[in-house]
Amino acid sequence: MSLLELKNVSKIYGSLHALDKVNMKVEEGEWLAIMGPSGSGKSTMMNIIGCMDKPTEGEVLLEGVDIAKENNKNLTTIRRDKIGLIFQQFHLVSYLTALENVMMAQYYHSLPDEKEALEALDRVGLKDRAKHLPSQLSGGEQQRVCVARALINYPKLILADEPTGNLDEANEAIVVDLFRRLHEDGTTLIVVTHDPEVAEVAQRTLVLRDGRIDRETINENFTGKIRFD
Amino acid sequence: MTKRKMYIRMITASLIRRRSRMLVALLAIMIGAAILSGLVTIYYDVPRQMGAQFRSYGANMLFTATNDNFTKEDVEAAKAVIASSELVGLAPYRYETVRINDRPILAAGTDMEGAQKTSPFWAVSGTWPSSTEEIMVGKVVAQTFNLHTGDRVTLSYAPETAKAGESGKGDTDSTASAEDEYVLDNTKDFKVTGVLDTGGNEEEYVYISLDDMEELVGGESHLDACELSVSATGDKLSKYESAINEAVPALQARLVKRVTQSEDTVLSKLQALVLLVTIVVLALTMICVATTMTAVVAERRKEIGLRKALGATDKSIIGEFMGEGLLLGGVGGLLGAILGFIFAQMVSMNVFNSSISFRFLLLPITIIVSIFVTGLASLIPIKSATNVDPALVLKGE
Ligand SMILES: Nc1ncnc2c1ncn2[C@@H]1O[C@H](COP(=O)(O)OP(=O)(O)O)[C@@H](O)[C@H]1O
Ligand SMILES: [Mg+2]
Repeated sequence: MSLLELKNVSKIYGSLHALDKVNMKVEEGEWLAIMGPSGSGKSTMMNIIGCMDKPTEGEVLLEGVDIAKENNKNLTTIRRDKIGLIFQQFHLVSYLTALENVMMAQYYHSLPDEKEALEALDRVGLKDRAKHLPSQLSGGEQQRVCVARALINYPKLILADEPTGNLDEANEAIVVDLFRRLHEDGTTLIVVTHDPEVAEVAQRTLVLRDGRIDRETINENFTGKIRFD
Repeated sequence: MTKRKMYIRMITASLIRRRSRMLVALLAIMIGAAILSGLVTIYYDVPRQMGAQFRSYGANMLFTATNDNFTKEDVEAAKAVIASSELVGLAPYRYETVRINDRPILAAGTDMEGAQKTSPFWAVSGTWPSSTEEIMVGKVVAQTFNLHTGDRVTLSYAPETAKAGESGKGDTDSTASAEDEYVLDNTKDFKVTGVLDTGGNEEEYVYISLDDMEELVGGESHLDACELSVSATGDKLSKYESAINEAVPALQARLVKRVTQSEDTVLSKLQALVLLVTIVVLALTMICVATTMTAVVAERRKEIGLRKALGATDKSIIGEFMGEGLLLGGVGGLLGAILGFIFAQMVSMNVFNSSISFRFLLLPITIIVSIFVTGLASLIPIKSATNVDPALVLKGE
């Protein structure tokens, strides 16, 4: 059984088909990149997989359970237990410190654990910034806090929507390297990106166009390391 | 770390680190609570203060003679009718015409302590006489004779017969004999302790003790009038009036209507006003808190979406925002209660010239009311927070 399977998934806004009969499978431990022009339906797909939105039609099987049929309350539970999210705009709570932001994810998941949260910040190289507010951190550092927040509850699946969209190359490399380590630990990753360099490091790339899967490429010489030309 | 600790850490961090926005709400609650607790304090204190204050606006009962005059015994009999706890002050008066430097002047003999209570609004420069051979002179008298506090003045008394002779039709004999009697008659030295300024005809009198009056004038002791200040109002006061008229036929008891009526109506009008202001302030506070909370929720839509994306249920979102609101209400209530007491104290000092004691019960009540009002005002804005779609966190700006 695949970790995630989409069967004929469509999302229709009036006459606009944001997703149009999409079929795809993601295996456990896989690192998948999703590319495509703006408006091609990437975020719509992330929202549906992330249990934040429901498709108009089709089945979305997460570990065999069709999340398209669950009510909002169950979706919240599934999202909390199985999914880690990383966003282009970071979305850190401005009045909480880096540590508190990570602990907030623990709080909604199970129990806040300061020691464990500090370890997660250590993994992204920000242990000494734990007491800083987001406004006192650079963009790259903020996104690393978000990675720590996404991995803190050991989710099955991490969804990242344009995680490097607001970062410079150096920070992009750091974040991609964090993904590589998550991948090595066995976490399944779906990374939406505009950036071919970020897509190339994944094992497989899907390209969306007008809500449909336009192309699929397998990265033969997968290393998980970013190459800058 | 427990969930509760993290909860408290989150809501306090929100209030402390997002100061500017929350300060507006806090200020609204604080001012609301201050005005409320202040007004409630005044509301309960006003009747007490007003009662004392209006009574201090003078006598509300007056005795005059049914025929010619009445005696101290008549007054004692009338006094027995009124409950002693309700008798604030009593001033008997005996009026006679005396002379200063041969010029006739009206003198009032009274009980100075009683007169101070029945005429507390009299402005005296200097002091009231406190013993015999001391005199208080009206402003007009003081100007006529150029008298000042500390001066000495001699009063003399011409008996009725002398005066009658004096005003006789030029009979030289009788005039001469009257002149003799007048010259030989009583004089008495007084020390001026104060000058009375009322703006009324009281300024044309001099005031001495009843004892001095009797010594100066002689004759059998009697009274011409008596002023009373009684703390009873309305029907009860009327009952006293008729009871005295029945029990003591020698004197005629009469209510001084102006003061007794206004005491009641002003009091109830003032309390109605306080109640009205209280309701308006409550409503305004609620509108302000509701508006601020609506703005806060709108401002934090992204954060709410994020919390939901991280797995927050509607219940926990409501719990967190409510927690912030109620904490704000509590802190605002505490500060407001303190501020309100200062406010009430200032009003009391300025308007009533007396201080009020802090009612400790008002502190928890103000805090609870503030929390309740804040909670009520936050209900709708916070409910709207649960409508935020977590999917918005994936939408670009
Ligand atoms: N809530 C919505 N209502 C209407 N149209 C929407 C909504 N969300 C997304 N869309 C439309 O769906 C299409 C796909 O959007 P999106 O998935 O955000 O694209 P991408 O992330 O690939 O840029 C776009 O044309 C967008 O305008
Ligand atoms: Mg997008």
